[in-house]
Amino acid sequence: MVKIEILDQKDTRSGFGAGLLELGKKNNDVVALCADLTGSLKMDAFKREFPERFFQAGIAEANMIGMAAGLATGGKIPYTGTFANFSTGRVYDQIRQSVAYSGKNVKICASHAGVTLGEDGATHQILEDIGLMKMLPGMVVINTCDYNQTKAATIAIAEHYGPVYLRFGRPKWPVFTSPEQKFEIGKVWHINEGNDVSIFCTGHLVWKAIKAGEILADMGIEADIINIHTIKPLDTVAVLKSAAKTGCVVTAEEHLMNGGLGDSICQLLALNNPKPVEMVAVNDKFGESGTPDELLVKYGLDTSDIVRAVEKVLKRK
Amino acid sequence: MKFASFMEKNLNSAQLIQIATQVRRDILRMVHAVQSGHPGGSLGCTDFMVAMYFKIMNYKSSPFRIDGKDEDVFILSNGHISPLFYSVLARTGHFSLNELKTFRKLNSRLQGHPATHYNLEGVRIATGSLGQGLSVALGMALSKKLKNDKNIVYCLMGDGELEEGQNWEAIMFASHNKVDNLIAVVDFNRQQIDGSISEIMGINDYKSKFEAFGWQTFEMNGNNMDDILANMKLALSNTGKGKPIMINMKTEMGAGVDFMTGTHEWHGIAPSNEQLAKALEQLPETIGDY
Repeated sequence: MVKIEILDQKDTRSGFGAGLLELGKKNNDVVALCADLTGSLKMDAFKREFPERFFQAGIAEANMIGMAAGLATGGKIPYTGTFANFSTGRVYDQIRQSVAYSGKNVKICASHAGVTLGEDGATHQILEDIGLMKMLPGMVVINTCDYNQTKAATIAIAEHYGPVYLRFGRPKWPVFTSPEQKFEIGKVWHINEGNDVSIFCTGHLVWKAIKAGEILADMGIEADIINIHTIKPLDTVAVLKSAAKTGCVVTAEEHLMNGGLGDSICQLLALNNPKPVEMVAVNDKFGESGTPDELLVKYGLDTSDIVRAVEKVLKRK
Repeated sequence: MKFASFMEKNLNSAQLIQIATQVRRDILRMVHAVQSGHPGGSLGCTDFMVAMYFKIMNYKSSPFRIDGKDEDVFILSNGHISPLFYSVLARTGHFSLNELKTFRKLNSRLQGHPATHYNLEGVRIATGSLGQGLSVALGMALSKKLKNDKNIVYCLMGDGELEEGQNWEAIMFASHNKVDNLIAVVDFNRQQIDGSISEIMGINDYKSKFEAFGWQTFEMNGNNMDDILANMKLALSNTGKGKPIMINMKTEMGAGVDFMTGTHEWHGIAPSNEQLAKALEQLPETIGDY
């Protein structure tokens, strides 16, 4: 198992804020909209630096998405910012009609995704958003794993013409990807080469998968660990190659089983080269209040859950 | 009657009325041909749309630029009046008149509700899921301000459509942010699918509500060409003064055809062969059927 160093502890949303600021400096067409969560989304720096390109929508997400569609029609590259819950479920029809079906170049940037939002509880935690967004034809869906990857993705998506859903989170989290990385939409990050089991992971659970990989290595199991930051379009070549090599698969994500990364992997494998799969994800439940760590344990999204899933899937090989 | 030079926009009111008569024929023939669509609201807004596209707006139909750079932009929020939109777009050279024959049929660019998905010239956003157009128009108006483009963004909305909450989010944003290059026109026909608005959700006085939100408002008779031209001119002269503009446009659904006028019954119903013939008798061909 390769050694992955922790460089720092930072929230992924701060990576978004830093990326947006950097992007704003080099691309005048980038504009940002926020629905009364500028501090939470770390958009303050962009707002300060480029007040004429920042639009405070107020607590009115539907209008924010519509205005973003209009700004995009006028040739701008709008980035909208609010919690994942209010970025997706609350405005699904606005995204469907005015953004996705209309083919608009809008970047929907969503923080506080998943149970790691913590104490606010299930009203603000969303575990369905990847599914909602990936069902929309033409929508790119990205879930980043640390500060550096989030920053790189924020900058990279401006180069892609079309709607993008960028998902990140609230808690401080290990930073372990390179600050100099080049983010490529739809291309996996192959973290560790192994022949025994494939672990496809996204978002905060990438770090958990790395920790699981270390435990598995001690047990004599070499995992092929692959970070799938882009859930759609899926890097089908990398997934099929790894699954063919190892013969069994574990998926790990902070999302429901329905509609998440695991569901995309299962569809791909079932249609092309069926292999046993275990999914580390939430099974048809809402979250609740608690600390991020407590919630990850209670909802079966911890390192030990990934290790157990690997043990189980190896028996089904 | 020939209108070879109609794009020069020196048409007088009588000529515009002639064009409107032809557009009404188009609407009825399109809806009849496919036995589906929304003739009522389309007929009601015909005079306004003809005035906008043949006289008031500054734009190029070809080549069509979706970003509306250096031209006025029109967003149709009440997308169900698509037959009217398509007829006017075709008759202003955005696409071929022949294409009107494909309305609502398989493989057509003229979808039941307007869409950008098939690159139909003249359409900038998919609409028809009500309540979304004003926000998009607002976004386009903001993009024009960022680019220092002095042209105007127009948005036509239905009155029933104002029941959608998103409109009020847009209305408060527009005045708070002094978006004064935006003119929203509300088709005040007082009808919606299930009946009259006063029975269903009678907020009635839209004008005072827009005013309470900080908009400058005007009123006009949307079925009187002279009144439309005068009030659009007046509204335009009030742009750039720190307030978004709303025009309460009183129309009659089904205007131009006596048995369709003033009732919600023709909101989404196609005429039969006999009804079409009877309607077309009241609307003589002027600049030629498609």
